[in-house]
Amino acid sequence: MPPYTLPFEKPIQELERRLQDLRAFSESQNIDVSLELSELEKKIAETRRNIYTRLTAWDKVQIARHTGRPYTLDYISECFTDFVELHGDRAFMDDRAIVGGFATLDTERVMVIGTQKGRDVRSNVERNFGMAYPEGYRKAMRLMRTAAKFRLPVLTFIDTAGAYPGVGGEERHIAEAIAVNLRDMSLLPVPVVVTVIGEGGSGGALGIGVGDRILILEHAYYSVISPEGCAAILWKDRAFANKAAEALKLTATDLLKAGLVDEIVPEPLGGAHTDLKAMAATLKQRLLGSLRELKLVPPDLLLERRYAKFRAFGVFEHEPSPPPDAAAQGQA
Amino acid sequence: MRLFGGKKYSTIKVRKKDLPAGLWVKCPGCAEIVYKHEIESGVGVCPKCRHHFQIGWQARLASLVEQGTFEEIDADLVSADPLDFKGQSTYVSKMQDARRKTGMRDAVVCGLAAIGPVRVAIGVMDFAFMGGSMGSVVGEKVTRLVERGTRDRLPVIVICSSGGARMYEGMLSLMQMAKTSAAVARHSRAGLPFITVLTHPTTAGVMASYASLGDVIIAEPGALIGFAGPRVIRETTREEVPPGFQRSDFVLKHGLVDMIVPRPELKPTLLRLLGYMCNLPAGQTPAPAPVEAQPDSYAGPGHVSS
Repeated sequence: MPPYTLPFEKPIQELERRLQDLRAFSESQNIDVSLELSELEKKIAETRRNIYTRLTAWDKVQIARHTGRPYTLDYISECFTDFVELHGDRAFMDDRAIVGGFATLDTERVMVIGTQKGRDVRSNVERNFGMAYPEGYRKAMRLMRTAAKFRLPVLTFIDTAGAYPGVGGEERHIAEAIAVNLRDMSLLPVPVVVTVIGEGGSGGALGIGVGDRILILEHAYYSVISPEGCAAILWKDRAFANKAAEALKLTATDLLKAGLVDEIVPEPLGGAHTDLKAMAATLKQRLLGSLRELKLVPPDLLLERRYAKFRAFGVFEHEPSPPPDAAAQGQA
Repeated sequence: MRLFGGKKYSTIKVRKKDLPAGLWVKCPGCAEIVYKHEIESGVGVCPKCRHHFQIGWQARLASLVEQGTFEEIDADLVSADPLDFKGQSTYVSKMQDARRKTGMRDAVVCGLAAIGPVRVAIGVMDFAFMGGSMGSVVGEKVTRLVERGTRDRLPVIVICSSGGARMYEGMLSLMQMAKTSAAVARHSRAGLPFITVLTHPTTAGVMASYASLGDVIIAEPGALIGFAGPRVIRETTREEVPPGFQRSDFVLKHGLVDMIVPRPELKPTLLRLLGYMCNLPAGQTPAPAPVEAQPDSYAGPGHVSS
């Protein structure tokens, strides 16, 4: 069990501390407290269930950012076999914030691509905190074209705070790199299954997020802007991030309700970081389910459906009479 | 008619407090005080330093399309409030303010028009409406415009100006990036021309979708063009941004845009490009004179801001 670091887990942390104290006491005094121990363990389980069934949007954002949370490479090693990593965008560099390569899921050969965070200072420097440069998106697109050439389905994993906002990225046109991916993924003639496994940070997430099925882990989030960024703009204070998180409707449940994702992948109680093996097993089954359905769809129909899926996103109303200005312009 | 060439510039040195409100505007390019009417009745270029002011959609259309040919489409689309968004102020009140202030219904106006002899589908974004932000309505209108272009085999031109996706509509706004780009993909697959004009500023979600996908990408002089704003970059990376960072000259030098075109040259430039991209018989495309000014009726209630 990883150490508790999230503020809303304090009650569990407190109970666990009491449990340890009681155990130590019973050992040192040689007194049987097994009844008390089991009561306390029951209480811990109950508290955890209570907390995890009543998480706020902001709580979920923090779980999605938990440093113990499984990352793309964890799922690649747990769910897949025979991963052959491929590197580089063939133009400028190998962006380590996006990993990808051939892999086998059960008996299915696929191309797997995902954003990759680091866990400590060194790996975070290597992975640039999971925030890709333009080269990351171009590498991803190159791998997708390779996949299409060999008729391999594409599975992408999204876990990024966003594309990296830096001078170099702007000089090499990060916006264009993302735009090209959105355009070309919409016409990629193989099944594409997208899974948001942690943070779905805006355009940087969407840059590998166009597909036939969009899955999201129970405590992952996907948002147009970070709660902090939204709070800074609309509340003039980043401290209101919890309110912004609520307002943005960024949780898996909100997104499913709005029809923006297809499926929520349940996490073990306490979050994916408490049980990687169980999480990976569930995810693997869900991915295989989507994959085996999509493999039966002919490429033309697949693309028609993919287009229709994204085409349907949008909520607006009709207001019949044009305002006077527009009417005047119409005659001009 | 050369409005600015023959006569004396209406620029005089005056203290700001002496100015009657609304009649004069200080040019951010040269700090001169310019008669606002001169900016509004023309194409919004400072007569002194050629600074390009932001102009409204009416003035923009008037400078580009043949008089009387613009036929608006999808004018009836208006935003809903799908998230029931409540921050310091609500989306509904923001929307009402923007509509009152601009007379527009959302940040883009789309339609069919003629530029010279060429029929085009054209969209004009207007920064005055909530910073040109893209929510469901902007995404839907741009998508329909591009689809119309594909269906009727028309070139599509989008004059871009946007701060990015509209956060009041959350993920629906983000998904407009994918939706519009997918429509552009199909238009492109049909072999049709797509031209984007990046005006000040074109950033974030719009830049990371259709704005970057033009077969030819034109920038206006001095426009801010990029993904992340300079402030975000400074705060995230603590990097100092170089002088002229993300401005038109910078993105031209770094290979993103094909050319920087001053506003009066935009229409003739579009015509020359369309000649090639629609493969019109050579030598038959009329080359109209640069557009400096249009009759006042075009300027309408158009707004000018720096």
